[in-house]
Amino acid sequence: MNLNDFVSDPNLLPWLVPVGPLLAFFVIALLTNRSRLVPAASHDYSDHNHPAYKGLMVPAVTVPSRIVTITVGLSGVIAAWLISLSVVSNALSIEKLGKTVLGNSVDWMATGATSFTMGVLVDPLTTIMLIMVPLACLMIFIYSIGYMAHDARQSRFFALISLFAGAMLTLVVADNLLLLFVGWEIMGLCSYLLIGFWYEKESAYKAAIKAFTTTRVADVIMLLGIAYLYASTGTLSFREILYNEEVLHALAETPAIIFGGISAAGLIGIFLIIGTIGKSAQFPLHVWLPDAMEGPTPVSAMIHAAAMVSAGIYAIIRMYPLFEAGGHPHEGDLTSPLMLMAVVGSFTALFAATIAVAQNDVKKVLAYSTISQLGFMMAALGIGAYIAAAFHLITHAFFKALLFMASGAVIHGMEHGDHHVHEHAHHDHDDDHVEDAHADHGHDDHHDDDHHGEDAHHAPHFDPQDMMNMGGLRKTMPVTFITFLIGGLSLAGFPLITAGFWSKDEILADAWVGVSHGYGPHMLVFFLLAIAAFLTAFYTMRQLGLTFWGEPRTEQAKHANLGQGIVSATMTLPLIILAFFAIFAGFVGVPPSFPIFGPIFAPEVNPFFEFVKYTLLPEMQPPKPPFNWIPVLTSFGVALGGLYVGYLVYWRKPLTAGQEDPLVKFLGGVYPVLKNKYYMDELYNRVFVRPSQVFSDVVVSQFIDRRIIDGLLHLIARIFTWTGDFLKLLNTWLIDGVGDGIPEYVAQFGAWFRRVQTGRIQQYLLLVAVAALLILLVFAVSSGLLVQAAG
Amino acid sequence: MQQILGIDVLTFLVIAPALAALIVLLMPGSKVIVRWTALGLATVIGAICVAVFFNYDRTQEGYQMVVNVPWFSLLGSHWHVGIDGVSAAMVLLTGILTPLAVLISWEIDERVNMHLALILFFETGLIGVFVALDLMIFFLFYELSLVPMYFIINQWGGPNRKYASTKFFIYSMGGSLGMLLATQLIGWSMSAVPGDLVQSAQAAMPALANFTVGSPSFDIQTITALWPHFAGSGGTFLGVGMETVKALAFLGFFVAFCIKVPVWPFHTWLPDAHSEAPTAGSMLLAGVMLKLGAYGFLRLVIPFFPDVWIADINILGVIQTNWAGIFAFLAMLGIVLGAFAAFGQNDIKRLVAYSSVNHMGFVAMGLAVAALAYAQNWSNATTEHMQSAIIATNGAVMQMFNHGLSSAAMFLLAGAIYHKTHTRDMTQYGGLWVKAPIYGSIFIFTSMASLGLPGLNGFVSEFLVVRGSWPVFTGLMVISMIGLLFTGGYILKGIRAVLHGPFNMHWKDYNLEIELREVVAIAPLMALMLITGVVPNWILPVINDSVMRILGG
Repeated sequence: MNLNDFVSDPNLLPWLVPVGPLLAFFVIALLTNRSRLVPAASHDYSDHNHPAYKGLMVPAVTVPSRIVTITVGLSGVIAAWLISLSVVSNALSIEKLGKTVLGNSVDWMATGATSFTMGVLVDPLTTIMLIMVPLACLMIFIYSIGYMAHDARQSRFFALISLFAGAMLTLVVADNLLLLFVGWEIMGLCSYLLIGFWYEKESAYKAAIKAFTTTRVADVIMLLGIAYLYASTGTLSFREILYNEEVLHALAETPAIIFGGISAAGLIGIFLIIGTIGKSAQFPLHVWLPDAMEGPTPVSAMIHAAAMVSAGIYAIIRMYPLFEAGGHPHEGDLTSPLMLMAVVGSFTALFAATIAVAQNDVKKVLAYSTISQLGFMMAALGIGAYIAAAFHLITHAFFKALLFMASGAVIHGMEHGDHHVHEHAHHDHDDDHVEDAHADHGHDDHHDDDHHGEDAHHAPHFDPQDMMNMGGLRKTMPVTFITFLIGGLSLAGFPLITAGFWSKDEILADAWVGVSHGYGPHMLVFFLLAIAAFLTAFYTMRQLGLTFWGEPRTEQAKHANLGQGIVSATMTLPLIILAFFAIFAGFVGVPPSFPIFGPIFAPEVNPFFEFVKYTLLPEMQPPKPPFNWIPVLTSFGVALGGLYVGYLVYWRKPLTAGQEDPLVKFLGGVYPVLKNKYYMDELYNRVFVRPSQVFSDVVVSQFIDRRIIDGLLHLIARIFTWTGDFLKLLNTWLIDGVGDGIPEYVAQFGAWFRRVQTGRIQQYLLLVAVAALLILLVFAVSSGLLVQAAG
Repeated sequence: MQQILGIDVLTFLVIAPALAALIVLLMPGSKVIVRWTALGLATVIGAICVAVFFNYDRTQEGYQMVVNVPWFSLLGSHWHVGIDGVSAAMVLLTGILTPLAVLISWEIDERVNMHLALILFFETGLIGVFVALDLMIFFLFYELSLVPMYFIINQWGGPNRKYASTKFFIYSMGGSLGMLLATQLIGWSMSAVPGDLVQSAQAAMPALANFTVGSPSFDIQTITALWPHFAGSGGTFLGVGMETVKALAFLGFFVAFCIKVPVWPFHTWLPDAHSEAPTAGSMLLAGVMLKLGAYGFLRLVIPFFPDVWIADINILGVIQTNWAGIFAFLAMLGIVLGAFAAFGQNDIKRLVAYSSVNHMGFVAMGLAVAALAYAQNWSNATTEHMQSAIIATNGAVMQMFNHGLSSAAMFLLAGAIYHKTHTRDMTQYGGLWVKAPIYGSIFIFTSMASLGLPGLNGFVSEFLVVRGSWPVFTGLMVISMIGLLFTGGYILKGIRAVLHGPFNMHWKDYNLEIELREVVAIAPLMALMLITGVVPNWILPVINDSVMRILGG
């Protein structure tokens, strides 16, 4: 096969999807990562994220290297985007894609007489992901050009997000669970390294470790699931397991190897779902995600929208037939994995929404809203709303990427304002500029700075992410305001004109079918999600009000803007493009029976539904929920109601400087609980983190290894020594007393031998080596080898 | 590829490092010349190892490049060497790591000739074990490898080197005593194998034709074919029932190899030896020497004692198990407690050392599955676990190879930073990535390989072991996952302590960046980690085919 085949054969082309970004990673990491040494305290290095160590020379990326890096990184992702488009167009040209698929696989790992194959697969689910992921990645890359324009380690940043994108694309085109897991874990690594990108800050590296460890808890269990599935079916290929009734049936019929009472499919399903609970930050493993805001903002967009958390949901959408095997969610018969998803998802959706209400950090609100929205998808899957979940995954990715990048623009603008304020302050005092001017274009994505003793700082430090410091930003940042507003409304599910409405409505419509039959899980999902949707609309309005409405509450907010030039342009363009999708992406999934909109956008069938359903076996394809006014009016009611309440509180009478959030008084004692995220971090720290540290240090390495095992050995050694001493004593008394003549000979021999014992270790070694060689030689000769060789 | 300089290739590979050691030891000249010579010689030997690996034909049955000539005829011991896929992989690993270790030892400035000679001499011991097909030869080289390593630690080690080297030596010798006894028991009891048994076996297997009834034999193939059968019908040796003989011999081997691997709780020599050894010593110790034990299990203990492995054992009248189950249990403890212990360390070399206990636990786990399935298949002619056992054993052997790469690389990096800061206390580091960006990136790459990140080598083998062990030791595998979780814990702890956090200004004027020589030494390892992670089939089929033959699947 040559490269030509890969390009011309639609079955081989998907292999090339992740190649661009992966190649970009290697090129940047190995070739274009050129730095020069600069003083750490200079503008080239120091900003809020890079401490100004006095007198230390540190590497900073050179300008040519920056340009080459950006070019390489961007080329990689553009290549991936173009190839994906080509794959998508190949896929769309196939009638009923899913019955037949595009793909190719090769032998990868020998396992006895058989072989494990690795390959790529393009079915309808892959296709919709290939529309969303590369586009979102491309936007994030463009945005990063401006956002990271002045960071001293910008090359490393581009290398890592390239690897991130490559891993995500690998995961999307994978035709088996193992390759999916490979992409999954590499993304975990990238998120670890990117969350901890400004690794000198304590908050950053702690968040990074927390993210990696929390997701790893889930990943090792998922690994068991993969091993179990592989052991039971002899394959991990999606098509061979999930598009194969016999295999699914067998898995549903076999009792589980442990925890009897559920089927093999059930136990494997639970293992895999736990993996997603970690990756998609569902309760109780959600704690890492809000802290992940420590990373640069494009990373937040990458983690929360295009890639990492979506990967979790994607994986369970992908494996869905396994979870459903043996049950009929549309008839109220849920298998244990489905039940788990319904309960965890709906609970998380509401739980995270309540926390989001009480957050003041502009990115943390979005973080909790992400957890909540992923809960929507999880819950939808739990009740069998397969297509609605997939739909919400796509629309959410667009509007959440938009929201994160818009919030990044807000932060950037606020820092600009902060810088402006300080410039003026310095003008008045004629202060030392070198120390403080480092705020120039630097960003500070966090408040509690952790600087080494030696760098000077203006205190108290201004927090550009605190919404209480904002207000009135619509005036100086109009484009950001409008795009943020579009994203926010889409998140809130503003009826009819936003993408978020259509996908959320479909989840509720699906749940309603179950409610109307009186199924318990469906009721739980319907009501919890409805309340969560109400809260979502409320906190969105709160966020928009606090950030953009009213009058600026600080000097910084008054001067907040993105400036001019390349930074502003590269950061604004993606916002506008994503805003377009945040509105229009929803119209591909309008149900035909929906009044007015149905006939316009879906004259015959719901195009999204009709396309995606062929991912599943015909008998597993979910029924279309019939049109019903109750869920639609619920969607209207919760969205508009939440927005209206938010409007009343935060827009009609906007907060003025120094005024307390009305929520504090209203919620009373509940407010601190929500603000502190139900104290889960503190709990985990006490119950898991500290005890495991003590256990490993004190119990395992000190007590078991040193005290018990080594103690036992030392005891044995001592016994031998004592025995030896005793024998020596015996020797002196008994034998020496008897045989006086012998020692004389011994003494003579010793005198002779002392000449050999020069006490120099080299000579001992030499002797040992020579002796060993002699032995070797003797046995080579004696074995007749040399003779044989000569013959 | 049968002969080099008129000597057959495997014999040449065994003798050549010792000769090279002699040359290096005796050669005059400056340190620079000595170092280059040692590197050149080690590289040539390494190249031969690579050539041997690629000339090994996996499709062919039986051992290859075999030489079998009488050596110690009084004992019935032969100079019998040959390789199968497993030994080929191990020879390859040894051949690759030795020149890199030599390159790293360039940092040693005292008694250069001696140090380099010992490293080369060590290689003789290692290769000797991997190619040996005679129990006496195996034992001889197994012991031979101990001596140079003892001196390397004892003479060029860290502050606590005397304690560490003595502990290492006594611990290993303690194991070897039992092994020597077991070797003798097996070899001599071969002379008591009844004639009818021999004849029926000879009819089935022409390779046994050389064996004469009533004579001792140390030939591994012969013992594998005959000795396990020599039991049931009241067979005795020196008046002792064969059951007792077997139990004794089994224990002798079992303990010796458990110490070497090391299997928990026989591991406490390892953190001391590894952390006190000079960098090159740690690299070879962790990289290759630990594999001798695992290799011994696969080559000797599993095939020799199928009946012992699955004989019922009742612990306190409560737990019904067998040796395979006990072995798997210890492997699980190694995985879990090794990870915890590593997580509890603040000494970077001890942390890496304990990571070996954790990683080799997976090897032991895979071998336990192999032992169980082999024994069941041997005694009942059937087992439901054959496919799992093949996968688990593939995983174990791959893990031996992979751990060789990543632990050597980790010790290289730990040594590199130690050499520049003269401290192993991780709390003294902090934020070093600022001053050592290349070192930091390499450190993260290698740490990730050690952590078992998918896409790099360690994952492939760990996945195979988990997959293979799951249906057999399900409960133990679930508990092992705690170990896998804490593998992440200690790796992240290491990265955090060395690279993250604010830069410790104490090191402001130190040059912490990795040296070119060190980069050259670690680059091949990194390349292999990546290649093995992405395309494991460059080596796996070679292992797989031999594993299938060994297990009879």
